[in-house]
Formats: sequence, structure tokens, C-alpha cells
Amino acid sequence: MAAVANMPVSDLLKSFKLKTKQQELLIRVSILCLVYILAFITRLFSVLRYESMIHEFDPYFNYRTTLYLTQNGFYDFWNWFDYESWYPLGRIVGGTLYPGLMVTAALIYRILHFLRFAVHIREVCVLTAPFFASNTTLVAYFFGKEIWDTGAGLVAAILIAVCPGYISRSVAGSYDNEGVAIFALLFTFYLFVKAVNTGSLAWSLASAFGYFYMVSAWGGYVFIINLIPLYVLVLLITGRYSMRLYVAYNCMYVLGMLLAMQIRFVGFQHVQSGEHMAAMGVFFLMQVFYFLDWVKHMLSDTKLFQAFLRITVTCAVAVGTIALGLGMLSGYISPWTGRFYSLLDPTYAKDHIPIIASVSEHQPTAWSSFMFDFHILLFLFPAGLYFCFKRLSDATIFIVMYGLTSMYFAGVMVRLILVATPAVCLISAIAVSATVKNLTVLLRSKNKGVQTGSTKGSSSSKASSKALLDQSQPFQKNGAIALLFGAFYLLSKYATHCTWVTSEAYSSPSIVLAARGAHGSRVIFDDYREAYFWLRQNTPPDAKVMSWWDYGYQITAMGNRTVIVDNNTWNNTHIATVGRAMSSYEDEAIEIMRSLDVDYVLVVFGGVTGYSSDDINKFLWMVRIGGGVFPVIKEPDYLVNGEYRVDKGAAPKMLNCLMYKLCYYRFGEMLTEYGKPPGYDRARGVEIGNKDIKLEHLEEAFTTSNWIVRIYKVKPPNNRW
Amino acid sequence: MEAPIRATGILGFTLFSLLFFVCRSSPLHNLFISNAERRIDVTSHIVKVYLTLKVENAGTTPTSEVLLAFPPTQVDHLATVEALVTKGKRKKTTLVRLDVKPTELPDAPNGAKYFTIYLANPLNSGESTTLEVLYLFTHSLEPFPAEIGQSESQLVHYRDSALILSPYHIKQQTTFIKTPSTKVESFTRVEPTNRAGTEIKYGPYEDRPPYSFSPILVHFENNSPFPVVEELVREVEISHWGNLQVTEQYTLVHGGARHKGVFSRVDYQSRPTLSGASSLQHLLARLPPRVHSVYYRDEIGNISSSHLRTDSRKSELEIEPRYPLFGGWKATFVIGYGLPLQDFLFESSDDRRYLNFTFGCPLLETVVDKLTVKVVLPEGSKDPSAVVPFPVDQHLETKYSYLDVVGRTVVVMEKKNLVPVQNSHFQVYYTFKPIFMLAEPLMLASAFFLFFVACVAYLHIDLSIRK
Repeated sequence: MAAVANMPVSDLLKSFKLKTKQQELLIRVSILCLVYILAFITRLFSVLRYESMIHEFDPYFNYRTTLYLTQNGFYDFWNWFDYESWYPLGRIVGGTLYPGLMVTAALIYRILHFLRFAVHIREVCVLTAPFFASNTTLVAYFFGKEIWDTGAGLVAAILIAVCPGYISRSVAGSYDNEGVAIFALLFTFYLFVKAVNTGSLAWSLASAFGYFYMVSAWGGYVFIINLIPLYVLVLLITGRYSMRLYVAYNCMYVLGMLLAMQIRFVGFQHVQSGEHMAAMGVFFLMQVFYFLDWVKHMLSDTKLFQAFLRITVTCAVAVGTIALGLGMLSGYISPWTGRFYSLLDPTYAKDHIPIIASVSEHQPTAWSSFMFDFHILLFLFPAGLYFCFKRLSDATIFIVMYGLTSMYFAGVMVRLILVATPAVCLISAIAVSATVKNLTVLLRSKNKGVQTGSTKGSSSSKASSKALLDQSQPFQKNGAIALLFGAFYLLSKYATHCTWVTSEAYSSPSIVLAARGAHGSRVIFDDYREAYFWLRQNTPPDAKVMSWWDYGYQITAMGNRTVIVDNNTWNNTHIATVGRAMSSYEDEAIEIMRSLDVDYVLVVFGGVTGYSSDDINKFLWMVRIGGGVFPVIKEPDYLVNGEYRVDKGAAPKMLNCLMYKLCYYRFGEMLTEYGKPPGYDRARGVEIGNKDIKLEHLEEAFTTSNWIVRIYKVKPPNNRW
Repeated sequence: MEAPIRATGILGFTLFSLLFFVCRSSPLHNLFISNAERRIDVTSHIVKVYLTLKVENAGTTPTSEVLLAFPPTQVDHLATVEALVTKGKRKKTTLVRLDVKPTELPDAPNGAKYFTIYLANPLNSGESTTLEVLYLFTHSLEPFPAEIGQSESQLVHYRDSALILSPYHIKQQTTFIKTPSTKVESFTRVEPTNRAGTEIKYGPYEDRPPYSFSPILVHFENNSPFPVVEELVREVEISHWGNLQVTEQYTLVHGGARHKGVFSRVDYQSRPTLSGASSLQHLLARLPPRVHSVYYRDEIGNISSSHLRTDSRKSELEIEPRYPLFGGWKATFVIGYGLPLQDFLFESSDDRRYLNFTFGCPLLETVVDKLTVKVVLPEGSKDPSAVVPFPVDQHLETKYSYLDVVGRTVVVMEKKNLVPVQNSHFQVYYTFKPIFMLAEPLMLASAFFLFFVACVAYLHIDLSIRK
């Protein structure tokens, strides 16, 4: 694509009397600058449509911690014990988060203020993700250049700049770990491949630091620490072992491990957890390999070496197995966590960890979302793989392995499409670049005969020689033109698709809901913030709010009130207690709530507006998670013949549980839709089954203007006399 | 004019007035009021009192000072006192504003506080004049019951005296109290007392000696919301590139009867007149004309419920808080807008520049408990001085904004207990050399220049160690 873009511009540039090399540099730099800017501005839809605000759930926690970091300094942040969440347990924030994102944003904020740009920390947080997405395009360029050639690098930069799979997690306002982590991930991979290609200690050191940044930013670093050993193993098996690889891996592993231990949340996991053992195993295997190589070098006798090899390998494997076994038995090495299992086995979470399964982004990916997020990349990907296999090198083997493993994980969990996106873009870029280059070479060779100058690299010379061979074929030029137009048509379709997806699907902040009004005008439901701000202003500062864990981060960040559970789902029992309270009868629930010292209960209800991701639709998960710890709660009690209903035919327990009562309290008097009976639930399209709801221990404290958030106050116990 | 008497100069003033009274054989007993009419308007939460006094000088010496007395409980809530005198005869009457200053008298009974009205022309013996006095009280309606439910209406107590507190003898006086509706629970009777419609009439009372006092209590329905801005910080930033940026940070509270018990959205939506009648749903801010880039937000983001109407004379911004404010509920928010500089910045004759801007709160019908006005002058401006028509606390600060090196001078003015009537103009004078306007663009240009030079240098220098 870039090679073609070269042609008309280069004619124009000839008049400026620039050398070909300078022209190439100029064009490359200007394309990169444009891509850099494009990657940034395409992520600003949400700011233009709505406002400069933080999106979703987790980013609110990140924002809150960043605010704390900028206000109180790093030391306090590191030692922060947060009393406002997980009441009464609290949370050691400094030790249970990946600080990379917050430190990055705080650093950007400090630098900007040093340069006298008086920006608010919120603006920095909102724009961190687009800024890092722009940086990712640069990394993608260099990575593409490293594994294929400059053209592939440029195409990769363009593809990744607008790829919806990546945009979904990096629009302005989605201030989440992934925003910087994808940059860190790709950067680490690039530096490692560079280290493998050059065998340079400096690059290897750089990749260790890249890994450190990745570890500080996101739990997805486990992917790196497993993919790189796997890659090394594959290289060893395919007989590509070299000194370069030895230097690159050892330096990166040892230093990366030591650096990663500095992150409190990760700690000694690199030597103690089962997920990190593969890397250590490969590290030792590498030493054995080196040792054998040395022995082979010293021993001239092949037979003797064979015997020695057999003994050494057996011993090494035995020692390794015994060490691992002892470590596992003594409990020094922890077994794999549930999250890791659920990645390898998609059905694991559903059976064992409902709390993971309840999150929509942990569901297995549907085909449509692949198509939605990758579009043409989905079938350019295999084509790229073909090109990679045709020209196997250490670098292409890496990208192939990265692509294949991440595609598998993307199939297991929706959110991991994000991890696959850079690989898919790079491999597709190889396909696009190689195809376009072959076609243009074909066109040019017809015109000019044999050409030698502008194309570089082995592939292009191969392609041009091939083009010369095929010259006898008829309509070759026309065919090439047609194919080129086809390619450009597809790429332009990709561009329009990406823009459309970004603007329609990925740019809504999810806490402000927008709908089309009766006259086509935009109606905004700002109920979440209405409720959170009400909590912030009109409740006692030490009030404890009970809600389902989804809203925990938002309540603490926007409402500034203590919550019982939040999105950091570290204590399953605590969440199950809340689930149990929500699914019990009111008089049972009040006991649980009093024991948790709850002052307010917050529920989200979409019956008036037709907002479907409300608490009634999430309710079965509360029952499941509650029932997982407290067997008193049984899922069948809430179902009728395996069916979940809220109308007259609903199960009696359902109609009288706390969640039902809180959502539908006085809803029976409400006319929601013309021509429908009062109490018609628009989210589920039924008339509710229990219209006469009396609350005994709770009272309505606040309901937002569209009823989306309802807050109840727990009444103090009655006087005995 | 200022209710809480400032510490500065009080002593001097007191000494002065002492001397004054010693010298002039106490003019108090020379004056008397032949007719007084007082109209107290309690329809909103700001109590407006219109007092018409006919003052006569029965003494021998001319006097130019008339004293007003207030009980100490009222003086704390007194926001402003204005006095006017009518001039001219019959149709060609004009109102002339008179100076009013707080005064302390040594022998004030029961801690009464005084304000002195300085007449334009001394009142000769035997002459009389008619004074129109307007004063406003804030926080003077006390909700009773102090806590109400959503569907109850708000009842308040108003305490005053049936007789006008005055150091002078009053020959004849009448007091009218105008209530917002006919719903009056009770009122103290001091015969003769009548009630007709929304008006309660006390008087006429004849020949009352000085300092007569007869406490009354009126208990009535007042369903108007009580918007009280507990704290308002207005920041006016001058940019000589042609913009005046105003940022106003509000802490708003409903000062009426506290909300008790449940808030039911069903009732609130279906029966708006009965339920939450005294809730504060929207506010109107009157902004200067040609206002642009208006925003209305709070700590957690933009608030979408606001409407701006502009015409050539004024702009009106109607804002709704995120939720209706019931008694005792709070909301904090920020309003910001830009204005064209030429409407507000002028050059004075001595080559200085001055900003002419309104002092008070642009929200209508609100009481401001504490107002801080900050004028951020452009970087490089010198010798700031502020001219405010009433006493305020002043000091200077430094603020760092975009691309500032030495920081901007900020003139800070603070005032307590403010009502919309006081939205008078103030001026800030300063000197500024236009060359400073170029500092920031030049800084940016040189930064970019250096960046490109660095790029060129990088491309031409080979830093590799190997050769």
C-alpha cells in the first residue's frame, strides 16, 4: 500500500531534487506522522459525542487511584489502605493493583505541568489510551519492519491504528490497564524479536525493561512469560538454536523476572506460581542445551556424545520433574489459578467459578464479534500466515506463534480479542504488503523491463524474478491492475467499517445512555451520575452502600461513599453475601445488611426506560454466586420450569425477594407505555407480577428521573417500647 | 451599608462619633418621625422591607444625620440597607440615593445596632423630609416544622416587632406584612391588627416613645424554594487576546425546611403541585450579552439539563441541578462562560487599563453566604488595585496557567452575606505592556524551532561508536 502511495508523490518530489533515499524517508515519516495522528483522533468520537469523561466501570477505579497518586504522592499511593471499599475488610490498594497505568498518567500529568500546561488530571486520564494507541502504531511499524520489511511495517501501523479490536479498549475515556498494556506487550515482543535477531545484549536488556513495564501495567503479562518460552522451545525443536537466542532469552528472563518482583502485586510469583514455571523450565533447558553444545564442541567422538546426551537429558528431565513435584507437594509452587484454567478450558469457569462466567466479556467469542472486530483482517490473517511460512525466519516464527496462540485465546474469551489484534494486524500487513508489492513489481517490470533500484529485501527480488518468469502469461498487467483495485477496495471497506464501528459501537461511555427520541432528537439518560452525585452530596460521609459489585468502583469514585463489594472481585464470599442478601426475603436480608452495617442499598432498574443490562437481568448471577457459597440459596427456587420470569407466573420466591421488591417498589402505579397496563416492564416486555410491594425495613431514599438507579435507606431498628 | 461592621477603622469611627455627639448636644431628641409606614415582603426567602419615614426636626440646630436602629438578632441577617430621598415636586420627582453607614452608639439599649443615613442637605429646624429605606434580610424565615415530608408544604416563622425600632419618637406608624399565600397559620395580634387576603396590617399605632418594641411572630406557608449559595468562587480571567473567561464554582443548598423520610419519584412525577412543592428544580442565571462557550458541570462531568437563551441585551441560562433539591439537600456545580473582552476592559485616562465587571452572583433570587471574586490579570501586569462600592476583604495571589513563567497576579475580593440587589460593578485597575502578549507565542515557536533543529541534527550526526 505504501509502496504504491510512493509513486505519484515521488514524481512530484523529484522536482525538489531530493535523493531517492531522502524521498523515501520523507514519505515514510509523513505517513507515520499521519497514522500517529489518525490513531489518536479516531478515538475521540466519544469526547465529541458526549464529553471528556471516564467510561465503563474499572476505569473509574483507575481514575480514583490516579487522583490519589497525584494528590498524595507515590509513597502514600504505594501504602494506601482503602477503607472505602470492601467494607468492613478494606483493601490494600497499593499491593493489589498494577500501578503502571496510574504512574504513567501521573507522570504525563507532572511533565505537562512542568511544561506549564495547566491540564486537569481527568483530561490526562481520558487521553492516555489514545496516546498509547498512537505509540502502538509506531511500535507496529518497527515490528513489521523487523519481521518483514518497511512496507509491511507501514501497513501494520495503518491497520492497527483503526482496527476495531484495539479501538474497543482504547477510545478516549477508557482509562484501563489494557490501554497501555497493549503498547507494552507489543513493545516487549518487538524488543525481544530484535534481540533475537541481533543477539545484542542491549536490545535484550531493553526487552527486559519492556517486560517490566508490561508487568506493572496488566495481568496479561502472563501471556508474554508463557509465549516467549514456548517460542524458544519451538526454535530449539526446529533446530534454530543460536547464541543470539541464548543471549536474548537469558538476559530477558533473568532481568525481567527480577524487575517484575518489584511490583508488589506480582511479588514472588515468578518463582512460586505454576503459571510462570514454563519460563523457568525453558530457562534451565537452555542451560542444558548450552552445556551440551559445549560438550559436543569438546568431545570429538559422536558416539560418546550420544551416550552423554542421553544421560544428561534423562537426568535433567528427572531433576526438573522431581523439583516441580516437590515444589507442588510442599505448596511452595502454587497450582494454576482458576482464571488460567478457564483460559485453557473454556467450559471450566461455567462449572467452577460463576463470578468469572458472569462477566460478559469473559464469554466465549461469537463469530460475529470476530468479524466485527477484524473485518477483512480475518481472511488476510491466513494469507499472511502463508507468506510467513514461505519465508520462515526467527522473527516470522515468532509472529506466527503469537498470532496462533492469541487467536486461540481470543476464541476463548471476548476480551482477549484485544491481545490477538496486534498479531492479526501484523500478519495481515504482511499479506497486504507482500501481495501489493508483488503486483506492483509485475506492473513496473512490464513498463521498465528489469528494475533493480527501489525495492529492497529478499522477498521483492524473489518476487521480481518470479514476475519475469511469468511474463509470458496473457492479460497479466490487466489482471494485476484488477487485483490491485480489488485490494484497495477491500482496504477502503476496512477503513469505512472501522470508522463506523468506532463511532457506533465503541464510543459510548456506558454511564451516560443515549437514545433516539420520538422526533429523532437525542435523549440522554444521565441517571447514573444523578444517583452517584446525590449519594455524594446528600448522605453522611461514612455511609455504606450495598449494591451489586458491578457498580462498586463507580460508587466509590463518583459517589465518594463506602461500598461493600466492588469490581475487584477478590473475595468471593463477600460478594456471595451480598448476592444472598439480594436474593433473600426482606426480613432475612435485613439481618445480613445489619451485620454488614449497610446504610443504603442501590439497585439498577431498567423497567421504565427499557435498559436491559439492569439488576433484574443480572439477578440469576447473584443467585448463582450466592448459592455457590450459601447453599440456602437455590437457583430453581427463582425459576419456573427452568424459565426466568418476573410476571404473574414467576416463582413466589422471586416475587418476594429483596431485589425484586427494591426494583419494582411502587412500579405498579407507574404507566410506562401508552396502551399498556400500569407496571409494564419495558426492559422485559411484561406486566410485573407483584404490584403491591410493601417495604418494612427499608425506605425509598432516592430514585433518578428515569428510574434507572434506585437508592433505599435501611431504617434504624424500631424502638422496643 | 455593610452589616457586620469591619474591624478596620471602627475604633476611629467610634471615637469620632463620640466626639461628635459630645459636641453637638445629641441631635437624637431633636428629631422625631411624624409618620412611618413599613411594608415587609416575605413572599420569597429574602425578606424585603420598605420603610417610608417622614422625619421632622423639632430642635434648633440643623442636622444631616438620621439613625436607623436594628435589634442585634436582625442585624446579623441584614444584607443591605439603602436609603433614598425624593426630590422635586409632584410630577418631576427624582429619587436620590443617600449614604448609609453602620454606626455604633455608646448607650445603645439591649445591644441595638445603628445605621446612619447622611442627608444630602441638612434638615433645618422645623423642616421635614421623607426618606425611603429599603433593607433586606437573609436567613430570616425559620422553617417550622423544621423537617417536612415530601407531600407537606413548607411553613415558616417570621419574627419581628409590630412597632418600628427607632431611637426617635414616632407619632404614627403602620406595618404591613405580605405573605405569599392566604395560608397563614397564626400571627401575633397587637391591636389594632387586621388580616386581609395576603396582607397582615399592624397599626396604625400612635405616639410611641423611642425604642418601643413589641415582638410578633407570623407563621405562614411559603412554598418557594430557598436557594442559598453557601460558597461562590468567581474567577474572571483576562486574556488580552480578546477573551474574558469566567468560572463560577457554586455550593448550593436548599435552605428551607429539611426533607424528612422518603423521596418517592412516583409521587413527584405524577403530582408535581402537591408533592415536593417547595423543592428547587431550576435556577435562572442572568449573564451578560454576547456570552459564548457556556458550560455547566460538576466534579463528575457535564450536567446536560441547561438551556441558554441569548438576545442583544442579556443572556439567560436556565440550569437544573442533577436532582431536585429538597430542604437541606446540596449540590455543587461549576458554570463557566467566555465574554468578549471589549465589553468589559477599558483604558483609563492615566494609561492604565481597568476591568469593569459585576460583583455579585448571577443566579436570581439566591442568597450568597460567602462570595470570593478572583480577577486573574494577564501575565506581566503590574500595580493592580480594585475599586469596589462596598467594603470587602482583599488580597493578592499568584496563579499559574498555561505557559506561564512568572505566574499571573490574582486580585482576590471576599464578601459575606450577599443578595442579588448588590450586583453592582467593581473595577480592577492595572498596567500592562502589550509586548507581553507575544511572550507565549514566541516561546512556543522557539520550542518547535528547537525541536526541528534537533531532528535535523539527529539526521546528520552519526553517533555510532564503530566505524
